[in-house]
Amino acid sequence: MTDGATNSGQDDAPLATSKHGDPAGETGGRMRETAGDQITSRAVTINRPRTELYAYWRDFANLATFMENVERIDVKDATTSHWVVAAPAGKTVEWDALVTEDEAGSLIAWESAPGADVPNSGRIEFVEAQGGRGTVVTATILYDPPAGVVGKIVAKLFQREPAIQARRDLRRFKQLMETGEISTNAMNPAQAAAKEV
Amino acid sequence: MRALAWHGRHDVRVDTVDDPEIVNRRDAIIKVTSTAICGSDLHLYDGYIPTMKAGDILGHEFMGEVVEVGPGSTLKKGQRVVVPFTIACGSCYHCGKQQFSACDNGNPADNQDIAEKLYGQPMSGLFGYSHMTGGYAGGQAEYVRVPYSDVGPIVIPDGVDDDKVLFLSDILPTGWQAAENADIEPGDTVAVWGCGPVGLFAVQSAFLMGAARVIAIDHFPKRLELARRFGAETINFEETATYDALMQMTGGIGPDACIDSVGLEAHGLFVDNVVDQIKKSTFLGTDRIHSIRQAIVACRKGGRVSMPAVYGGIVDKFPLGALMEKGLTLKTGQTHVQRYLPGLLNAIMEEKIDTTFLISHRMPLEQGAEAYRMFHDEQNDVTKIVLKPGMASAAAATA
Repeated sequence: MTDGATNSGQDDAPLATSKHGDPAGETGGRMRETAGDQITSRAVTINRPRTELYAYWRDFANLATFMENVERIDVKDATTSHWVVAAPAGKTVEWDALVTEDEAGSLIAWESAPGADVPNSGRIEFVEAQGGRGTVVTATILYDPPAGVVGKIVAKLFQREPAIQARRDLRRFKQLMETGEISTNAMNPAQAAAKEV
Repeated sequence: MRALAWHGRHDVRVDTVDDPEIVNRRDAIIKVTSTAICGSDLHLYDGYIPTMKAGDILGHEFMGEVVEVGPGSTLKKGQRVVVPFTIACGSCYHCGKQQFSACDNGNPADNQDIAEKLYGQPMSGLFGYSHMTGGYAGGQAEYVRVPYSDVGPIVIPDGVDDDKVLFLSDILPTGWQAAENADIEPGDTVAVWGCGPVGLFAVQSAFLMGAARVIAIDHFPKRLELARRFGAETINFEETATYDALMQMTGGIGPDACIDSVGLEAHGLFVDNVVDQIKKSTFLGTDRIHSIRQAIVACRKGGRVSMPAVYGGIVDKFPLGALMEKGLTLKTGQTHVQRYLPGLLNAIMEEKIDTTFLISHRMPLEQGAEAYRMFHDEQNDVTKIVLKPGMASAAAATA
């Protein structure tokens, strides 16, 4: 199994795919420093060694390359990073994130520092895939459901559904790691920068 | 540049648009010398493929000269190349297994959503074939941006005519893969539904793979005549009850392998087709599937059904019982073009496969709208149209 956080002992399916109950609440033992009430998770197999994928992700400054809404991440020290995320109307949302777990080559978990506009936490695991297929990368994000003015911004920010953003970002991460570039149908660099679909 | 763009059902126009530029490291820019209209372009023309947007540049069968390369391309300026219609990265698990049309990465991340919803997992990108397959600008244009140019395009030796090699881009490997998927054994009888370009290449390929007999089925006399040229026996389904004829012609056994190269716009006034047509017009179904139904029912017990034809949606009245009870094998899929290119280029050079017979018309790109109308309306006489961007300036100069 790639992930111990399975569906309440009923079967071997990942926790976030449960049809019942409160999966976010049940992560207590698994995601130690949970921040946020909603959970989204997704796995992707990337045809590269897990140490290489871990190393790229562990340098948080790299994440802006494939995370569409992230303008930049400044690494402040070994465990603290500052996230600047694009919001509608040219605004940005910012927060500090702290690394809460770190196992070289296998696992990184982080959560927003107290007082963040959008309390959130994330966890990414790297497990060698069977049959020489590379690495199974499983990302799990917990976040507060949008409410109020900030909620509206967050909803737009995450295209109403963090799951959509997460799966697209994971696809871009895979493209970048496997091919060295992010696939685009843009006809020229200006279009690519504008991130046309 | 000038490019043929889709604007709606039965509305394509040659527009002036920005030239493409290098975006990614592995890109190349190709100056198109020849580009064909594919039968599957007619599905776009007829408005059957969702996620098209006005202004989308069409065309996925093209070749030309390399005029610009990114630092990660292995091509060189001045080389002549044929470009596969499938956009594959060459680095993912599926590309490693030579399943190029199943490439994980060729389709941009945001465009993968629709195909993932519809099909469970997204497929590779395609040139000029809707936003579900990537929203890439196609090759019916003066220039094309070709991503992953170190993987896809095949370099053509000097002195070989465009007409001979252009069909490496799609229909020749598609016909070849159709025959390969039929697992032909020496002595087999192979039946081919549809004598369009893919069907005609499947006929040639089936004989090359050892078929004793090929029976080709269509209703356009000129297309049946072309199939006969390659040694096929023919059935005109307007004159003949196809199932009855196939059973008699095979001594009551049925064809060992059946190839459906017709697809979602099957013609003919058959009861199931009429029902499909009504469902399609009322959005209760998407595809007309008469030919694949007939192929499954006609196929001999334990035989093979190969389906290169394009289907996009959900159907009913699919003869699942016949498929199961007779123990048939069904193989299908978009073509893994890159897998077949070196072998098929050799087959062309050694004149084992004839490609040029197919071309009935050569026209300037500027007459693209007229070309689509002709290909759509006059299928007996128009077997294949090749558009030549080069001819446009010549025609303009003499006009």
